[in-house]
Amino acid sequence: MALIGDLSIQFSQMFLVLLLAPLLTGFVRQVKARLLRRRGPPLLQPYRDLIRLCRKEAVIAHSASWLFRFVPYLVFAATWVAAALIPTFAAGLLFSWSADLIAIIALLGAARFFLALAGMDVGTSFGGLGSSREAMFATLAEPAMIMIVFSLALVAGSTQLSTVAAFMTSPAVGLRVSLGLALIALIIVAIAENGRIPVDNPATHLELTMVHEAMVLEYSGRHLALLELASSLKLLLYVSLIACIFTPWGIAHVGKGFSLHAIGLVAYVGKLAVAGMLLALFETTIAKMRVFRVPDFVGVAFMLGFLAVLLRFVSGSL
Amino acid sequence: MSALAWLLGCDAALLALSLAAIVIGSRGRGGFFVYSAALALCLGLLAGGAFQLLGRQAPEAIVLPLGLPWIGANFRLDALSAVFVMIVNLGAAAASLYGIGYGRHERDPERVLPFLPGFLAGMNLVLLADDAYTFLFSWEFMSLTSWALVMAHHRESDNQRAGYVYIVMASFGTLALLLAFGLLAGAGGAYTFQAMRAASPTAGVAGLALMLALVGAGSKAGLVPLHVWLPLAHPAAPSHVSALMSGVMTKVAVYGFVRFAFDLLGPPAWWWSIVVLTLGGITAVMGVLYALMQHDLKRLLAYHTVENIGIIHIGLGLALAFKAFGIPSAAALALTAGLLHVFNHSVFKSLLFFGAGAVLTATGERDMEHLGGLIHPMPLTALVFLVGCAAISALPPFNGFVSEWLTFQAILLSPQLPSWGLKLLVPAVGALLALSAALAAACFVKAFGVTFLGRPRTDVATGAVETDRFSLTAMFAFAALCLIAGVFPGFFIDLLASAVKSLVGDRMPVQRGIEWLSIVPIAESRSSYNGLLVFLFITASASLASVAIHRLASDVVRKAPAWDCGFPEPSPATQYTAESFGEPIRRVYGAFAFSARERVDMPAPGEMRPARIDVEMHDLVWEFFYQPVVDAVAFFARRLNALQFLTIRQYLSVVFAALVTLLLVLASWP
Repeated sequence: MALIGDLSIQFSQMFLVLLLAPLLTGFVRQVKARLLRRRGPPLLQPYRDLIRLCRKEAVIAHSASWLFRFVPYLVFAATWVAAALIPTFAAGLLFSWSADLIAIIALLGAARFFLALAGMDVGTSFGGLGSSREAMFATLAEPAMIMIVFSLALVAGSTQLSTVAAFMTSPAVGLRVSLGLALIALIIVAIAENGRIPVDNPATHLELTMVHEAMVLEYSGRHLALLELASSLKLLLYVSLIACIFTPWGIAHVGKGFSLHAIGLVAYVGKLAVAGMLLALFETTIAKMRVFRVPDFVGVAFMLGFLAVLLRFVSGSL
Repeated sequence: MSALAWLLGCDAALLALSLAAIVIGSRGRGGFFVYSAALALCLGLLAGGAFQLLGRQAPEAIVLPLGLPWIGANFRLDALSAVFVMIVNLGAAAASLYGIGYGRHERDPERVLPFLPGFLAGMNLVLLADDAYTFLFSWEFMSLTSWALVMAHHRESDNQRAGYVYIVMASFGTLALLLAFGLLAGAGGAYTFQAMRAASPTAGVAGLALMLALVGAGSKAGLVPLHVWLPLAHPAAPSHVSALMSGVMTKVAVYGFVRFAFDLLGPPAWWWSIVVLTLGGITAVMGVLYALMQHDLKRLLAYHTVENIGIIHIGLGLALAFKAFGIPSAAALALTAGLLHVFNHSVFKSLLFFGAGAVLTATGERDMEHLGGLIHPMPLTALVFLVGCAAISALPPFNGFVSEWLTFQAILLSPQLPSWGLKLLVPAVGALLALSAALAAACFVKAFGVTFLGRPRTDVATGAVETDRFSLTAMFAFAALCLIAGVFPGFFIDLLASAVKSLVGDRMPVQRGIEWLSIVPIAESRSSYNGLLVFLFITASASLASVAIHRLASDVVRKAPAWDCGFPEPSPATQYTAESFGEPIRRVYGAFAFSARERVDMPAPGEMRPARIDVEMHDLVWEFFYQPVVDAVAFFARRLNALQFLTIRQYLSVVFAALVTLLLVLASWP
């Protein structure tokens, strides 16, 4: 019976993230538009886009290989699996022990690896440009993320996300300098990884500015739909990650009743809304950086993460 | 028959095969015979190692009446040797299988065939040696045969330089090992390992011996700054030999270091680990940064060997630190991580060199800037090369991720180390390890993307054909092994357990019985990873998405010209090259690591000359460590050169003066 309960929580979270991801993207767009005093597309527009793209034929360049058609499914699957392993409204995920935080980051790294390859597959200059820049950003964002994981793991004594999330709700946490540094670093990495302003602009097709869009430029139809869905999922994943570690209030723990899960769900949607609003606010108040300023920006996250780890190594209470 | 006798018999057969190859090597079917025989013997050796390890046999020793007359040739097979025998011969067997096909295109088979079985035997004998003389003899035999293989294509001027640098560095490394053994043997001259283990050297002597062993084994393995020969020599050899040198011989060097640091020297001092960790961290990052700047496919792979040797040494250094402070369970984790990476690297690096060799056979090119689009004519090679790229980039569910994950877990245990130096160093090493993993992924996007994807840049790339069956079999076997070792890592961790236990006194928890085949290094609440489930989840969700979309929405595909924002350019020269792919990374890291400077020469408006960009990069290791030595040698050589042009009277006076000086020294000797 307990197994069925755990299994149902795991699968409901898995499909919940899939359902909510386009909504979060639409919500951020909507808030941004409102902040700019535009009306903006309706909240459900991302869903309509996805459905329309899925119905269209896929146009593939003559020079594309099998890898090009294979990558969207792989990127989507890796991102979805990673997103499904992050506690959203309930902590006791059945499969959380199959991949810890380091493995989740590596899964996202795998998605990026294959997406960058797909960018180079057709053999256009834009694709290579996107891949090369994405690879360069990743060389700093990924170690920064590992450093953040290290600092969390050293505080909670585990790299298991369920254990970390449970630890964060316990009174043993307290206010810690290393956690503060890790939070700032994690936000910077989240912005960089999702290609938001000031690192990349998800709404532009200008060669000077685009990174992610350049990699997926040759995609169309259902392949593009999958990649769009994967990037929405990635945004949701990072928001959920920040929420479950730094604002763990309301997450239902193992063996709690249905009502607590309902509260957890409401709290989770509330957290998403707040995060989406903050993201939109941040994006409207800041300008896009030059590409070669980005390493400095992400490098700050790396340094902060490193500092947090160093503090934990030096003193158990910081 | 005992396992050790069987292994020695196979090694003797390999040496005999070497001699036979001198006669039959240049005949028509000679290559096929030599490689098949080598394959059979390597499989025999592999079976011997597996018998020892799986059967949990006690260590056994044999003394043969060879070598120095008063000690004979001591051989011993224990768990550590057995682990490395398996790793070495797995790689050697695959290289022999690959060689059956690859060797057909060899221009001068008589320069390769006689040395290859000898090289394999030399590596095996190093692993079995149980006294200093046998060890050094086998080590030098391995160096010289591999040098001969590097010089197989000696007419190319690059290869001559590579061979020269290699032989100098190999001699230097052997010299360091010789001195290390000399220190351990002490005044009594006990050359057997057993006597060295029994003797307890003073802290100073042990530390000095460790440094010498680190220099000796590290120069063979490719630790920065002793790596300079490696990216020259490994690519110069025929590709299956490159795979052997990069994937296997560097592991023999790691074995040498492990044998010294964990076995012969007795209990470690804590500061040893600081040296090993620092060198490991620097090696990991510098190796991959060098690799990112390359556009020669085989040289890029050789630099990645340097990186992976750094990762292995990070694991070994952590194990030394934990062992020195008496935390055997953590030491077991770190050592297992290091040894597992030894195995993993031997698999995927051999695979990648096989792939590079297939590309070389098909196109005659190693320069990625002349390749491109090879996934179309060589789909199978592209697939296995992609698996190798994903494995070496530490992507789940492949094997490279498991060993890096274990290393990270070992780093997370290190706050319990009581030393302040290590408390500050280990986080930095962790950061370097994370950085090198991310850079490696970028590098292999470049390597695979430029070589296999895009459009062909030259006619040779257009006209490529798929490689032969033997090569493909070897490559597919290793690609499958990359996946199997990533999905069922528990089995491989358990295989290492007895070797780890004999070296640090503890082992990792038994992984075999854990449900769902997870791996759990310490406790499940702390960390666990399940490659099988991750693999199944990804496969299931990808298939689910594919089936759902194809059924419910559209499955129509239309082929069309590339979009490229509406301005497609037909010339393949407009694609990103290896150079341009690496440019952003060079701008971020190059100024620091290579003192890279870019100069843009932009003509004024209206001027008709083309714009130019000049990049100036320095190999700082070469300029700071080696150039002074080279300059000094050249300086003294020039000065001493004058001595060659004296008259007979002058020579006589020089001889007389030397004689008088020697007599004076002898007379005043106390």
